[in-house]
Amino acid sequence: MANYNKKYQVIVVGAGHAGCEAALAAARMGCETLLLTIGLDTVAQMSCNPSIGGLAKGHIVHEIDALGGEMGKNIDATGIQFRRLNMRKGPAVRASRAQADRMAYSARMKAVVESQFYLDLKQGLVEELLVEKDRIIGVKTREGLDFYGQTVVVTTGTFMRGLIHVGLNNYAGGRAGEPSAEGISASLEKIGLLVGRLKTGTPARLSARTIDFSKLEPQPGDPIIRPFSFMNERIEREQVNCYIAKTNERTHQIIRDNLHKSPLYAGIIEGIGPRYCPSIEDKIMRFPDKTSHQSFVEPEGRYGSEMYPSGLSTSLPADVQLDYFRSMVGFEQVEIMRPGYAIEYDFVEPMQLKSSLETRAVKGLFHAGQINGTSGYEEAAGQGLLAGINAARYCQDKEPLVLRRDQGYLGVMIDDLVTQPTSDPYRMFTSRSEYRLLLREDNADVRLTPVGREIGLVNDERWERFQRKQENVRQLEQYLQERMITSADKSAVAEFDLEDLKSGLTLESLLRRPNIEISSMAAYYPEIALYTDAEQEQVEIAVKYEGYIKRQNEQVAKFKQQEEITIPEDIDYAMIPSISTEVREKLSKIRPLNLGQASRIQGVTPAAITVIHIYLHKKKYEKKAG
Amino acid sequence: MNLKDTIIAPATATGAGGISIIRISGHDSLPALFRYFRPVSKIDKFISHQLYYGHIVDQNEHLIDEVMAVYMASPRTYTRQDVVEIHCHGSVQIIKSILRLFENIGVRLAAPGEFTYRAFINGRIDLSQAEAVAQLVSAKSESSHRLALSQLDGALSKTIFEFTQQIKQMVVFFEAWIDFPEEDIPEEDISSYLSAVTEIYQRIHAISSSFSLGRILKEGVSIVLAGQPNVGKSSLMNALLGEDRAIVTDVPGTTRDLIEEGLVIHGLPVRLIDTAGLRISEDLVEAEGIRRAEVKLKSADLVLLLLDSTKDIDNQDQWIIDRCADLNYMVVWTKADISGRSSCPEIFSDNLQFCISSKSGLGIDALADAIANHFIQDPAASGDSVVISERRHFEALNRAATSLNNFIQLISSGGSLELLSFELREALYSLGQISGETTTEDLLTDIFSGFCIGK
Repeated sequence: MANYNKKYQVIVVGAGHAGCEAALAAARMGCETLLLTIGLDTVAQMSCNPSIGGLAKGHIVHEIDALGGEMGKNIDATGIQFRRLNMRKGPAVRASRAQADRMAYSARMKAVVESQFYLDLKQGLVEELLVEKDRIIGVKTREGLDFYGQTVVVTTGTFMRGLIHVGLNNYAGGRAGEPSAEGISASLEKIGLLVGRLKTGTPARLSARTIDFSKLEPQPGDPIIRPFSFMNERIEREQVNCYIAKTNERTHQIIRDNLHKSPLYAGIIEGIGPRYCPSIEDKIMRFPDKTSHQSFVEPEGRYGSEMYPSGLSTSLPADVQLDYFRSMVGFEQVEIMRPGYAIEYDFVEPMQLKSSLETRAVKGLFHAGQINGTSGYEEAAGQGLLAGINAARYCQDKEPLVLRRDQGYLGVMIDDLVTQPTSDPYRMFTSRSEYRLLLREDNADVRLTPVGREIGLVNDERWERFQRKQENVRQLEQYLQERMITSADKSAVAEFDLEDLKSGLTLESLLRRPNIEISSMAAYYPEIALYTDAEQEQVEIAVKYEGYIKRQNEQVAKFKQQEEITIPEDIDYAMIPSISTEVREKLSKIRPLNLGQASRIQGVTPAAITVIHIYLHKKKYEKKAG
Repeated sequence: MNLKDTIIAPATATGAGGISIIRISGHDSLPALFRYFRPVSKIDKFISHQLYYGHIVDQNEHLIDEVMAVYMASPRTYTRQDVVEIHCHGSVQIIKSILRLFENIGVRLAAPGEFTYRAFINGRIDLSQAEAVAQLVSAKSESSHRLALSQLDGALSKTIFEFTQQIKQMVVFFEAWIDFPEEDIPEEDISSYLSAVTEIYQRIHAISSSFSLGRILKEGVSIVLAGQPNVGKSSLMNALLGEDRAIVTDVPGTTRDLIEEGLVIHGLPVRLIDTAGLRISEDLVEAEGIRRAEVKLKSADLVLLLLDSTKDIDNQDQWIIDRCADLNYMVVWTKADISGRSSCPEIFSDNLQFCISSKSGLGIDALADAIANHFIQDPAASGDSVVISERRHFEALNRAATSLNNFIQLISSGGSLELLSFELREALYSLGQISGETTTEDLLTDIFSGFCIGK
């Protein structure tokens, strides 16, 4: 076995959405970084649906971008259809979603990784993690090279002991057509980490040439594209359509008749699948009254023929898949290019992690993505970014970056992961955030770009652009506060029904009224139109939602008080009187960072929190006294 | 526990005497006091640890009570924070009003043991006591939890549970509409929730009104006797006291004109207050006494308006009747043994009237029954046969009602889905403080079991 002579600071295992962000962040922060992947042709591969964003996920992409990550820029560059969802449901729950050209997405990300200074991209299958005492020192590859590094970020996706099921057949694999990684789980178990099993699935890919699109309802992109990245003001691009197809009674009958051929129902699959992403056989069995299920048929690229029928993931045999697709309107002649399949894989219960995503068992070992029991490209990328940042900060001997729940969905996600047991793959929803009205796509830059600047991921160009926007927002707010509407503004008075106007109405108070939008005001007050749409939007939300934003800020202020009471890492819970054994065990295992996080652990009562608080105070006094 | 809020709570057991102390602790104690306290003599500045005489007024400068107030500057106080104490009359009504005034400006009602807790945290209690406090707080919240549970047995818990379920069901829809816009879920139909929310709002409102009843049973009521001198107030007082006379003692009032006695009528703790000085007067000294008596009248839970059945109503009587017009009062015709009346004159058709003789005992039982009935009405009449007596429950219900009311307003002004859901979740959170939290996990479980979601 040969030792690779170059000594790395950060080694990232896996070049998926988590791995790429982790490696880029570490390298951009100045660390010698190695990114290892089983196959160099599948960097940032979209293994399932060819899309980025959606509710809460779009928010995460904006947060990654605001911190200086890559995902937003990558989808902006390779998206072929863009939509903003929930436009009428309020600014905090508006979310961006885009269809990607799958190959272009992967190719661009690979190019960015390849051109990144301090970052080596290599093909290699990791078989073992090298640990010395309680510290990670490197990885061993099947190719016969040992790589040494100060930290290792493991982002294995579905590859750890991946087992693919198509009907009652199953075989080892990390993704259809790719090998699994059989060795890492054993390494992790040897370290003492608890490894569990999850399941996910993907539908068949259909040949576009064999679909009768005239029978399907087309779904176009938005006429004006709103980019994900703060660095892109506009995107001018021809967009492609998605289509809506529907299952029917016949489809359901075919599936019911063949249920015994599903490994899920035959009891072969032991991993737990995501609740929000059930297979079509699950949907039909659990909702027998529903006579039709809808599927968005999404192109996998601008060129090429593969179509992704969403909502139809399955583990039924390939011949049954073909039968049920052909029972659907528009799919009468359809050909399957790749069959759908289910996959079981290993994950490591994330309650064994610190909030920095470092394992508690081994120093310098970080986990991100599906290994933490999550699902979704965006969730993975967000964790990858933070794991990469914290691996780099570990090497630089700096405190880890931990985002609070009020700072972003990334904070919510990681806090949930390390405090709540995982029962099925974790996906982000906006409903998971207590401070949803504050965590919007439009203000991700305000929330996180200063953080990104602080840690060294926000370059001068982004920082200047950010400051300029903040200054413009301030100026526009000031203008609206100072500009009074007078009877001389005849057309505005008529437009906004202000005939009974008494003196003293500012543009700001006008904007506060329901049904009055800043864009319609801009028509009468050209000063407003001098500002960008993004700037106008931010001011509009600040004015219209002032009361609610204030209420949420008050909640945050309360929340922060407990969040700021840190619990020392070496606290001995056995020394704290009058808390129950159950609570004591949980706290000893999870070792929360602060009182707030402790209070979110299931079963930890408010009374226990009070007792710990008093204990911490006592400790402080004793220290002072002693 | 939040240490930065300014908190308030009665420091003496309520209903237990002539004077109650309300304590406020925290940074905003003094400004809060200034908001409602009007010292009688002009002062530029409160000197710490000195008692001031004055009045507590409401936001419209209407008199609530005459009080003594003391401001104690940090750190020479129990909690080591700025502390204010208000010594007011011990009527439930007054204490309630004062607490409510301060709550309106953001002073929070203290949790059990919170003053002591602050005392510890701020180093007022030494280390050896710390563990005891820890035990106490933990024991206290657990026992109060048990208490809450025991109280929640039965009607209240069932009703709150029902509200929680209904609101949760709505939140499930709202959250599904928000988080799964591209899924096959039922059409948004927000307006259909208006009537359901309005109904819950009204029911919560009715239950929270029962708070006064629950409170009354626990803490008692104050009844003021009003009438001309010699109409028979003292005699009635003695008659009502009856056998209890032996076990109650005179509690001198804060002015020489007021006499208070405590007794129990059919299980209802009552403080009976005699207003000796209530009559028209040109005399300045007496005018002051009358003013005080009027304050007492207004703060009473019930007024017994005494009229002499041997005489016609005169100007003095009329003046007193006018004073009672906006109050809860019953008319008591005295000296029925002399006038020979057995039925009351038909003057006060809207009010209960009684003919009594303190001397012979005629009508006293009927009056006592009526007093008890007045306070202990059949709660079933309000629709929900639920009574609450815990202030914490009362507050939680009120917060839930506020959120639901915001929801109702938002619907009419076309508020967006995210705000509607925000209000519903706030309501759910408030109710959860009575019946247990609804977690996001609970909501998600319902969403995934209720709707076929999955791409």
